[in-house]
Amino acid sequence: MSALVIAEHDNKSLKRATLHAVTAAKALGGEVDLLVAGAGAQGVAAQAAKVAGVRKVLHADDPAYGHGLAENMAPLAVGLAGGYTHLLATATTFGKNLMPRIAALLDVAQISEISQIISPDTFVRPTYAGNAMATVQSLDAKRVITVRATAFEPAAADGGNATIEAASGAGDKGLSRFVKAELANTGRPELTSARIIVSGGRGMQSGENFKLIEAIADRLGAGVGASRAAVDAGFVPNDYQVGQTGKVVAPDLYVAVGISGAIQHLAGMKDSKVIVAINKDAEAPIFQVADYGLVADLFKALPELAAELDKQGLSKNKPSS
Amino acid sequence: MKVLVAVKRTIDANVKVRVKADGTGVETANVKMAMNPFCEIAIEEAVRLREANIASEVIAVSAGPQAVQETLRSALAIGADRAIHVVTDVALQPLAIAKLLRAIAAKEQPKLIILGKQAIDDDNNQTGQMLAALLDWPQATFASKLKIEGDDAEVTREVDGGLETIAIKLPAIVTTDLRLNEPRYASLPNIMKAKKKTIDTLKPEDLGVDVTPRLNVLKVEEPARRKGGVKVADVAELVSKLRSEAKVIG
Ligand SMILES: Cc1cc2nc3c(=O)[nH]c(=O)nc-3n(C[C@H](O)[C@H](O)[C@H](O)COP(=O)(O)OP(=O)(O)OC[C@H]3O[C@@H](n4cnc5c(N)ncnc54)[C@H](O)[C@@H]3O)c2cc1C
Ligand SMILES: Nc1ncnc2c1ncn2[C@@H]1O[C@H](COP(=O)(O)O)[C@@H](O)[C@H]1O
Repeated sequence: MSALVIAEHDNKSLKRATLHAVTAAKALGGEVDLLVAGAGAQGVAAQAAKVAGVRKVLHADDPAYGHGLAENMAPLAVGLAGGYTHLLATATTFGKNLMPRIAALLDVAQISEISQIISPDTFVRPTYAGNAMATVQSLDAKRVITVRATAFEPAAADGGNATIEAASGAGDKGLSRFVKAELANTGRPELTSARIIVSGGRGMQSGENFKLIEAIADRLGAGVGASRAAVDAGFVPNDYQVGQTGKVVAPDLYVAVGISGAIQHLAGMKDSKVIVAINKDAEAPIFQVADYGLVADLFKALPELAAELDKQGLSKNKPSS
Repeated sequence: MKVLVAVKRTIDANVKVRVKADGTGVETANVKMAMNPFCEIAIEEAVRLREANIASEVIAVSAGPQAVQETLRSALAIGADRAIHVVTDVALQPLAIAKLLRAIAAKEQPKLIILGKQAIDDDNNQTGQMLAALLDWPQATFASKLKIEGDDAEVTREVDGGLETIAIKLPAIVTTDLRLNEPRYASLPNIMKAKKKTIDTLKPEDLGVDVTPRLNVLKVEEPARRKGGVKVADVAELVSKLRSEAKVIG
């Protein structure tokens, strides 16, 4: 039994998300190899070789793999799949885009967002926005899997000493071409790895008012998230969305501000260690999952919270605004 | 050009689902059903393409038991021209659906197939990508903007870090994300008109597709419940609890 994990990266550094899939792969019990396919991503391959528990890094270098296009990546992975019983990636937009394409080319099922491994062929995965946990058994010879990051700790990024082997595939299939990326760079922690997240909902009323959320987030060194309603209304960009169809997060502390607590939102944050809700409606469903609920007007509560954090010397960095 | 749209009937997004006591699945008896919201967005996009004279015909396809015809009627009411129902009582998994859709694509020769990014019941997020693999077509998943000119399409995708734009050649697969459009409500006259549109029926065997499941569902359970918490009186109490009781700040 052996597993191949498809690494996610930007040709410069290995994404932390991949480390969660490595942990899941190790839990299967066999050897774990990593595929780094990129353009000039030698540095990533070197990083991947240091990940604890990895036996071998397969490094494919071709401009066709530079942007992770599934049309080019999938045949490469399929060509290398022969020796492996399992192919895994973390369930990021990268993994969700790529793994089903690989599975279909192999004529096997793909198992989405597993949250538990029962045995090498049996897994638990959330369905219905996490309201029904299904235990599924694969009947295929090869298992193509995406892994829910919040359910598996990241593997140690250091301590490994894997060999690096060159690999190659067909390169550019000529089906698709990368045009551009508009990636947010807020300087704040990424949602999927942030220890604390402060999220705003429709109750924020405008994008401008998200400054109140940011003022708390920056004091706590936190990431900023949002409900779908806040994203749809254009208050914040799409990558802020937490929920069933956005990002799934499980920080130590999740603060939901002006968010009602629809099932689709809860699906993305209910595994957080501690949940705080600030909402002016005492009946809002978010209070049913909150460890600490504050019934208050957010426009009063958030400035007070900022002041209280400062007063108690809890602010990591006091923003100028 | 023809546009094919795959639609799934699911439990309505507003229903609080309940796991059956015997652990075989979720309760569906007397539960409100609806078109998967991402599929509504898919139909809406296709109808807009026809209204913009880019698409010539919009064909809605659904696979499942007799009841999915209701969902197909909704698609026809939004504006699809005709529909195809693949009739089966087998619980279909994404690879089987992708194979059914490939067979229909071989007959209909669409230039574009639009699917939802995810069905909100099984939360698989697979079918579009699998269909693209089987057809050897490009895939533009999680689309929030679609621009078509001749045989070229430029698609903006919602990705974890923000937005990504890719260029693809038609024929192609597009899967919809929430921000692609806001689906219209079907008007009463259009609901009436939809009743007269054709729904062709087929069986998986007619398409030569084996739909046997590849995953056995062994059991379905409720997730662990969170214990309810406490209400705090004010911001000062909140901060003090987070600091000394929960120990998550400080
Ligand atoms: C297919 C589908 C997928 C979806 N996916 C997601 C998803 O991934 N993530 C997600 O979040 N949602 C998702 N949703 C949407 C979800 O159903 C809810 O509509 C959404 O989460 C509501 O956002 P909200 O809580 O910000 O807004 P609302 O439900 O409108 O709640 C606003 C809250 O703010 C409070 N409030 C207002 N003013 C103040 C004030 N001054 N002070 C304090 N409190 C105030 C109100 O009391 C209310 O509780 C999805 C829906 C569908 C159909
Ligand atoms: N039974 C079905 N019939 C037709 N289309 C389907 C069916 N199941 C899934 N789809 C399509 O595939 C998309 C993604 O579903 P999934 O991969 O199951 O999350 C849906 O939004 C539909 O467009």
